[in-house]
Amino acid sequence: MRTPFAAGLLLALWVTMALLAPHLPLHPERIALASILGGPEVGAWLGYDDLGRPVLDRLLVGARTSCWVAAGVVGVSLVAGTLLGSLGAYLGGCWDRALVMLLDVFMAFPGILLAIALAGLLGPGIGNLVIALSLVGWVGFARLARAQVLSVKQREHVQAAVALGSPRPYILRRHLLPLIAAPLVVEATFAMAAVIVAEAGLSFLGLGVQPPTASWGSMIRDGVRYLLVAPHLVLAPGVALFLVVLSINLLGDRLRDRLDVRGARA
Amino acid sequence: MPRYLLARLFAALWVSLGVVTLVFSLIHWVPGDPVEVMMGEAGSGADREAMRHALGLDRPLGQQWLHFVGGLFQGDLGHSLYNQMPVSALLLPRLVATAELAAAALAVALLLALPLGLLAAARRASVWDTLGSGFSLLGVSIPNFWLGPLLVLVFSLGLGWFPVSGRDGWASLVLPALTLGTALAAILARMIRGSLLEVMGEDFIRTAKAKGLSPWRIWVGHGLRNAGLPVLTVLGMQLGALLGGAVVTESVFSWPGLGTLLIEAIQRRDYPVVQGTVLLISLSYVLINLLTDLLSARIDPRIRLEAS
Repeated sequence: MRTPFAAGLLLALWVTMALLAPHLPLHPERIALASILGGPEVGAWLGYDDLGRPVLDRLLVGARTSCWVAAGVVGVSLVAGTLLGSLGAYLGGCWDRALVMLLDVFMAFPGILLAIALAGLLGPGIGNLVIALSLVGWVGFARLARAQVLSVKQREHVQAAVALGSPRPYILRRHLLPLIAAPLVVEATFAMAAVIVAEAGLSFLGLGVQPPTASWGSMIRDGVRYLLVAPHLVLAPGVALFLVVLSINLLGDRLRDRLDVRGARA
Repeated sequence: MPRYLLARLFAALWVSLGVVTLVFSLIHWVPGDPVEVMMGEAGSGADREAMRHALGLDRPLGQQWLHFVGGLFQGDLGHSLYNQMPVSALLLPRLVATAELAAAALAVALLLALPLGLLAAARRASVWDTLGSGFSLLGVSIPNFWLGPLLVLVFSLGLGWFPVSGRDGWASLVLPALTLGTALAAILARMIRGSLLEVMGEDFIRTAKAKGLSPWRIWVGHGLRNAGLPVLTVLGMQLGALLGGAVVTESVFSWPGLGTLLIEAIQRRDYPVVQGTVLLISLSYVLINLLTDLLSARIDPRIRLEAS
């Protein structure tokens, strides 16, 4: 199967765009009044949007938005969640009970709902978007890290380190974290896909990235009004979003099989 | 059973209290002064104080919380700042519309996932299996706010079979339900296949085959019936994603449910309505999870024995 290769290639392109977009001769905000809602032509391979801006340029800049938001949210969630989850499991007692209670409450909010409410109340903008999604995102990592630490902390090499009087932070870092890294990496992969969809979803609802910054979600939102006359406005960002998410899910499946992680998300 | 029931009920109450507290605190997440944000430049100092008092924001935090929780017990969620209506009166008709959409989406998901999962497991490594896993991968990867417009493009604008948006009769329900149900169908199909394959390796299946039962009886009567339990657990959890997704899907189709109400309220900075909507959706989810757990325990005695 060449599928993983294609998926990897697509993701490489996506990340490259995220890094290089500001250095490329792109004009996501240049307006060509004569070409409003115009179809593809030489120089504007995906046509123009409702303000006469080139869709391809906005698509590439949107790749940057989604990539940075996803990297930021998954980075913060992974670090905060792993830290809190493993600490709770490792310290046990009232710390662990408090953590579990907090996790239960956060997980009682269905899906993207809490992120919508938080983003709505914090106000629009990329910074608030990252805060809202991270406040929701850490929960999955904390739950996983906690479960993992609980299952490995009784192992003999950890007990030996405790008996030798190693300091707790050292044990956590040296003996526990390496053992629980694999499932967390798999979880982080799927979280990337989830955050990309969430970012686009919030931007679609008008709660995320604000104009004129391009986001695939807000491009779809703006394009829906012209679905009949200019379907490319919805198709282009949608296909990009779909392909990136599909590629990440594909590679996540592979990674899970390769690292032999069970239970980390169905 | 009573012991498991009580423990589970108590846990659900506890979580509900946490949910209420978090939703209560939402208004304090607004950067700066919420009253300032709501009124903008308009309004004199006296107006501001009146609003602050109406929202109870001039009282100590502990009192505010008690007032909020106390109001809940009387079904009082405060009043909309936009049209002064009681929030509970605004929520009720919206809840009906959202429940209708969610139920239809669930039906779509089951109608798609059951035959797909069953076929994929029964004809393992066949075209059906490939088709099933392909559907699962595509289904979880396609965002509903893109699938929605695509379906509209083909079935409303192109073929003219269904209305573009709104809630007017069963025809208007088809596309939103399909949009919302697809992701759930994808996850369920995969779960059903996996769970079935595990069950089909059990001894009682061999016995059923040895007795000469028909394949239908073996696969559905013995296989699916036993594979259903883990699927039910996943289903309960996935209903959360369904409810969250409903907020987005409703916006795509202007479906007059809780989701569109939430977005409208956010845009109008109508914080009591935002809180009420979030609270109602979350508590419904807590209730659904409680019911799924109790149902699983009723079907499978092992669960309630293990828990107590």
